[in-house]
Amino acid sequence: MTTQSSTLTQKDRGRITDRAFWLLCIAAGITVLVILAAILVSTLQQSWPAMSKAGENGFFTSKLWDPNIGKFGILPFVFGTLVTSLIAVALAVPVSIGIALFLTELAPRRIKGSIVTLIDLLAAVPSVVFGLWGIYVLAPAMTPVYKWLHDTLGGIPVLGALFGEVSALNFMTAGLVLAIMIVPIITSITREVFDTVPDSDKQAAWALGATRWEMIKGAVFPHSFGGLVGGVMLGLGRAMGETIAVALLIGNSIQITANLFAPGTSIPAAIVNYFGEAGGDYTSALIGMGVVLFVVTVIVNLLAQAIVRRAEIRMRGAKA
Amino acid sequence: MTAVTPNELSARPALDLTRRQLSVRRRAIDLISKVLMCVALLIAVVPLVLVIFYVIQKGAGLISMEFLTGDITSPRRAGGGMGPAVVGTLLITGAASVMSIPLGVLGAVYLNEYGKSNALARFIRMMADVMTGVPSIVMALFIYIAVVLTTKEKSGLAAAIALAALMLPVVLRSSEEMLKLVPDELRQASAALGARRWKTTVSVVLPAAISGITSGIMLAIARAAGETTPIVVCAGVASTISWNLGEMQTALPAQIFLNASSPFTPAVERAWGAALTLMVIVLVFTIIARLIASRFAIKNR
Repeated sequence: MTTQSSTLTQKDRGRITDRAFWLLCIAAGITVLVILAAILVSTLQQSWPAMSKAGENGFFTSKLWDPNIGKFGILPFVFGTLVTSLIAVALAVPVSIGIALFLTELAPRRIKGSIVTLIDLLAAVPSVVFGLWGIYVLAPAMTPVYKWLHDTLGGIPVLGALFGEVSALNFMTAGLVLAIMIVPIITSITREVFDTVPDSDKQAAWALGATRWEMIKGAVFPHSFGGLVGGVMLGLGRAMGETIAVALLIGNSIQITANLFAPGTSIPAAIVNYFGEAGGDYTSALIGMGVVLFVVTVIVNLLAQAIVRRAEIRMRGAKA
Repeated sequence: MTAVTPNELSARPALDLTRRQLSVRRRAIDLISKVLMCVALLIAVVPLVLVIFYVIQKGAGLISMEFLTGDITSPRRAGGGMGPAVVGTLLITGAASVMSIPLGVLGAVYLNEYGKSNALARFIRMMADVMTGVPSIVMALFIYIAVVLTTKEKSGLAAAIALAALMLPVVLRSSEEMLKLVPDELRQASAALGARRWKTTVSVVLPAAISGITSGIMLAIARAAGETTPIVVCAGVASTISWNLGEMQTALPAQIFLNASSPFTPAVERAWGAALTLMVIVLVFTIIARLIASRFAIKNR
């Protein structure tokens, strides 16, 4: 009888531990949701003083940013963020696709692993180190190239506006370094997508006598378009949120200009540069820019995920 | 309709399937595409090599015991060190790991062992992916509002919480991927022996996946050690070594950032020295992660 009751309590204890462990795990999982919700609520609340007065201070609509007179138009920062990240994506996408093709279709098995490691190393370099290298090595090295571009293309009506007077720090250099930083993420997603192309399609292309490039064009690309778009958008999200490298390289000048060789600013760079000296409505406006950035990156990420997932489902016959 | 005799067949010239039969244009395009792929690889590798080269070239001269342990001095004067930043990096990253690793691994256990593909698990998975994309500056602002404004002072702890929040989704998702690789037979065997779910998870599933989980964690730590914005926004400034997380701290990335934009040469030199120190720390973690991953990789997928 005593044994009976002791096994019962043991059983109960086991059940309670099981339940407690489940509770612990689910709580850990929910932390993610809590943090995301808390980010949105707390930043919105703190930025409300500036955002609610959007009509007077021109928060969303004006390009005038002057904290001294209470004008907080964020357009120049939005502009800079868009320009640098678009430059980065435009430069990084062809390179990433090239590397991914090299890895999936060209590279011998032996060297594949070491190349993946190299690309991973590129992702491991802290952004601040890229920024430091950008200021003291890349920017001086690129200035003559920009000057040459300005001299040769500056006279052409539309292009000339893009390649104007050259400053030491500018949109272009920031975009260039951003491109280097997002190559690893776009490459890894593109590679995954290329890997899911059915072997039978590739074999079929080979059997028809296609060259390697024709096989890629006919079998690999049509299958991976959706995944590619998703990967590119994830890279775009990364580029928009990157702070330190851009803050060091963009030159900190609040202006909207078509000239890619002019100094500018971006949302993350402005926050990190001005946050220390700000107070009151100024701080609130900076946090408001953070909210804008947060919302935009979340939307871009969600879209990217949805696109990648849809592409995967189509590929694997709606299994997932 | 004459029957082909074997003799006649062999007399016919064999169909020429060599590349020479292809038109020059097709061959040229194929060659160009291959060359471009190799060029793409080069374009990515060259900056990596250049960054590593310059960091070593400009930073190596500064590294000394004094540099690694000394106090931070005025940006105008040579000498002094990065002691507070080295200590800060280790302390803050360490504290962030202590906070995020248990949460991340337990969350992964929920996703893979309990939730699987129910609505909540799918939602958490999606949100974790979104959280991976949240810019570090937004996370830094959030922790500034939630922690620094409440405690009324910047501290190493606040920065550590921000880093932990950045690490959490990475640890969560990479651990989940590793748990997925554990064969179901192991769970069934354990259940057949009468072990409860939690016992199975703790003593069978987690040990089976531990190498993969560890390597994911190491990569997350390496990335966190290089994060700059949370330190700049939440940790404050410090010029002497302090082992107290509750006080203001500084860290290597923040020192690189501040010194890089300084007009004084000694400060810029120190930025390169700090960059080398940071790169070595990050590299060590990355290499450890690679070793663990390749050494103990689960074979059956």
